[in-house]
Amino acid sequence: MSAIEMRNIVKEYGDGFKAVNDVSLDIADGEFMILVGPSGCGKSTLLRMIVGLEDITSGDMLIGGDRVNEKAPRDRNLSMVFQNYALYPHLTVFENIAFPLRLMKGISEDEIKRRVSEAAGMLELNEHLDRKPANLSGGQRQRVAMGRAIVRQVNAFLFDEPLSNLDAKLRGQMRTEISRMQRRLGTTTVYVTHDQTEAMTLGDRVAVLRRGYLQQVASPRELYEQPVNMFVAGFIGSPPMNFMPAVVTGDRLKLPFLEVGLPSSAAGQVSDGQLLIAGMRPDHFEDARLLDPVKRERGAIFRARVDVTEWLGDSQYAYLPFESNPEVAKQLADLAAELDSEALRTQLIISIDAMSRLRENHEGEFWADTDRMHLFDPKTGINLTRDEAAAADLASLEQEELADRRGELAK
Amino acid sequence: MKASRSTQLFWIAGAILIILYALIPVFWIVSLSFKAGDDITNKQFLPTVWSWENYKTVFASDLFTTALRNSVGMSIIATTISVILATLAAYAISRLEFPGKRLVLGVALAITVFPVIAIATPLFNLWRTIGLYDTWLGLIIPYLSYSLPLSVYVLSAFFREIPWEMEQAAQVDGATAWQAFRRVIVPLAAPGVFTAAILTFFAVWNDFVFGITLTSSEAARPVPAALAFFQGASQFSQPTAPIAAAAVVVTIPVVILVLLFQRKIVAGLTNGAVKG
Ligand SMILES: Nc1ncnc2c1ncn2[C@@H]1O[C@H](COP(=O)(O)OP(=O)(O)O)[C@@H](O)[C@H]1O
Ligand SMILES: [Mg+2]
Repeated sequence: MSAIEMRNIVKEYGDGFKAVNDVSLDIADGEFMILVGPSGCGKSTLLRMIVGLEDITSGDMLIGGDRVNEKAPRDRNLSMVFQNYALYPHLTVFENIAFPLRLMKGISEDEIKRRVSEAAGMLELNEHLDRKPANLSGGQRQRVAMGRAIVRQVNAFLFDEPLSNLDAKLRGQMRTEISRMQRRLGTTTVYVTHDQTEAMTLGDRVAVLRRGYLQQVASPRELYEQPVNMFVAGFIGSPPMNFMPAVVTGDRLKLPFLEVGLPSSAAGQVSDGQLLIAGMRPDHFEDARLLDPVKRERGAIFRARVDVTEWLGDSQYAYLPFESNPEVAKQLADLAAELDSEALRTQLIISIDAMSRLRENHEGEFWADTDRMHLFDPKTGINLTRDEAAAADLASLEQEELADRRGELAK
Repeated sequence: MKASRSTQLFWIAGAILIILYALIPVFWIVSLSFKAGDDITNKQFLPTVWSWENYKTVFASDLFTTALRNSVGMSIIATTISVILATLAAYAISRLEFPGKRLVLGVALAITVFPVIAIATPLFNLWRTIGLYDTWLGLIIPYLSYSLPLSVYVLSAFFREIPWEMEQAAQVDGATAWQAFRRVIVPLAAPGVFTAAILTFFAVWNDFVFGITLTSSEAARPVPAALAFFQGASQFSQPTAPIAAAAVVVTIPVVILVLLFQRKIVAGLTNGAVKG
């Protein structure tokens, strides 16, 4: 188990393409770090530089305090689970898991047997040890790949989208499995994914990458509540944050459907008449009729026509179309393209109580929790309303949790 | 149902026809080899009396037994060297980026289509000068020069099919480049290695041109060349029947090899062909 530190890591491929740009990231001993971002943003490249399968163009990679830039993968003592598992098809499950041990000197056959069956037991693979990978199901193969990773004592585990080839149900199961395993072993873990749920549920902290640049590294909660920019805000959360044009008029802010007071945090940074982009999450809205009266105090009420509703049993979404400003519309279309989502129509997607009986194509009355709204600069995408104090609180909470867990393990 | 049955019959009949076409010459040789003395003029397909006489003649003749020893020895040596070198070379070609990589593959392909006879005569002169004429080594070298490029070609197609990640996984698991090659890549390329080995073995085993040009005595002469020097029981009788017996004897190892490795070869040939 070791900490991993990256200092100004750059990766330039042979064709001159810079896949990773000046990334500095500290991963604490025992921490579960998620690397997330749209496809092609350099997540795998970064992971492969940690493990040593890709040369580092410039910058320093430190594992457990030692610079490993020039070390071969086998000298870094890491283990990796590949996206398509990369199991050895000619070996049985037992031999696949035992493979790393067989390469180590001075391990007795008994010791190998013991360690393999321990790993296999943890992953419930014991009755499949004599089978070949080709005869296993996707989930079983995935577990064999994990078995191979955990069978020896390593500095860190690296995962490259390990669950992306599984169906939704199995993915959920394996997700909890991975989480449980990491908590139990307490091994530093770097986990690449582009899946929202995995990013939010698995990690202690999440590093968001965009075109090779690190955007924000924070706990899932901080990313969700205090994103540094529009990219992070739009990437984290599903359904995604709603973005609307907002025009500053004096000390007021004009949005589609409603008008609110200009948040004090943004006040100094904007000028009268300036166009901003307001971001509000679907769950910051509610059907006004089903609203808790306590909440009514702090938000704003507005009327809007409902285009479509989606009732999912435990939750419900309503789609409220609005007229957008062409400049903002273009900005949002660019962002949507970058986030791999369909070009968004200019509409609010809001999450309302499943009890609500709103009817499609009728007007309804809604409540918006405008205190939690974020304002972004449309040119730079910077979040003008990020609450640094709240963010610091969340960060220290996360630190405490990690320290707690380490304490538990030490016992 | 009816239509499908008649097409089935059509295919079966076709298959039988083709098999007969291929096998009748073989049966003919076998039948000839069992005809003793003047029985080959009996104007029948089968011998009047089945006799081992020709086989006895063949094995009693030094000409054949030494030639058989030469053939077996040289084929095994040439195949082994060729497969080992080709495996390493093909691995380098499929995995490493180096200048002139395409050239190497192109030249390899060009050599395989080069007519054998074109180098046999120059080699004859060269070998006589440097003393390789009529030696095993003098034959093994040209065998390698033909079988290596073909093996490299077949094997590099195989190596390309093995995902890079296999090797990278091995490296992360703690393997050196050599361990990854030996423990992961070679086993995965085994069908390719078998294919290359068998193709090489057949080519060397059946060689006639080098065998007849580059030898002058029993020291290195392989079976196909030796057959040309066979004599009949008397000076005046044609040695047809003993030659047939010898031909049957040298065909047997080939048949055994094919039967033994049938599944691997088929997997190998189709893999190489379809995916390569
Ligand atoms: N060997 C390579 N040569 C050139 N460019 C590459 C190479 N490998 C990846 N890239 C590029 O680097 C970028 C990042 O790739 P990758 O790290 O695989 O992204 P991700 O895993 O985030 O989807 C992509 O735009 C990809 O096209
Ligand atoms: Mg990737």
